Amino acid sequence: MVHLTADEKAAVTALWGKVNVDEVGGEALGRLLVVYPWTQRFFDSFGDLSSPDAVMGNPKVKAHGKKVLNSFSDGLKNLDNLKGTFAKLSELHCDKLHVDPENFKLLGNVLVCVLARHFGKQFTPQAQGAFQKVVAGVANALAHKYH
Amino acid sequence: MVLSPADKTNVKTTWDKLGGHAGEYGGEALERTFMSFPTTKTYFPHFDLSPGSAQVKAHGKKVADALTTAVAHIDDLPGALSALSDLHAYKLRVDPVNFKLLSHCLLVTLACHHPAEFTPAVHASLDKFFSTVSTVLTSKYR
Repeated sequence: MVHLTADEKAAVTALWGKVNVDEVGGEALGRLLVVYPWTQRFFDSFGDLSSPDAVMGNPKVKAHGKKVLNSFSDGLKNLDNLKGTFAKLSELHCDKLHVDPENFKLLGNVLVCVLARHFGKQFTPQAQGAFQKVVAGVANALAHKYH
Repeated sequence: MVLSPADKTNVKTTWDKLGGHAGEYGGEALERTFMSFPTTKTYFPHFDLSPGSAQVKAHGKKVADALTTAVAHIDDLPGALSALSDLHAYKLRVDPVNFKLLSHCLLVTLACHHPAEFTPAVHASLDKFFSTVSTVLTSKYR
């Protein structure tokens, strides 16, 4: 469970309301694949990932990024029960996708960088603090069913 | 992990564009680190860590100046950072996990203030650079 103060919840809600979830998803996933190239191991079927431009322009990356971030968005509506919200996805990532949970932390931090880039000064240290709690909570929830 | 010629160029070009604000960004990155990762405050019991603290700003400038030196000597980081490496190993003994936290907050600070420069390729190069600096600073720990 993520413990956000009322101010932190307000900061998260206010900023998230202005996020183009589809675009930010593609950018976050793309940057994950560029900045931490070993994460490409999960995406052999995605085609050309040979350069930053190829990754960022890749339609499969954009589509998958959109999917991932819409799911994250659902989590934001259920901050009091992230483990329940992400239980099925946690099982999927362990049993079928075999994704090391370390990758959830990497993506969470890349997402924070993308939000910082989009919001500039609005992404205050307080807002960042709130989002760091959220991405850590989501990463933990996604790892919760691992065995 | 090795810094490629392209990485070095990305880092130098970006650092040059900071326009003398590096010191200010160092302070902001520290403030973000303390706010997002409260365990990092344990290394500064002797500091006023409230928002706007003069001590945090001064320390941030120190950190930024060291990074500016590192950028200027990017081809010999172990040499340029040798004294700081000794300091961190024998005196400060900051747990290695904390370098990742500060590095992340440095990236966030730069992304906030220089969104156009912070392309995916530059993001990658900066992350590698901070990681390399962190490795040098913890290289004498044991």
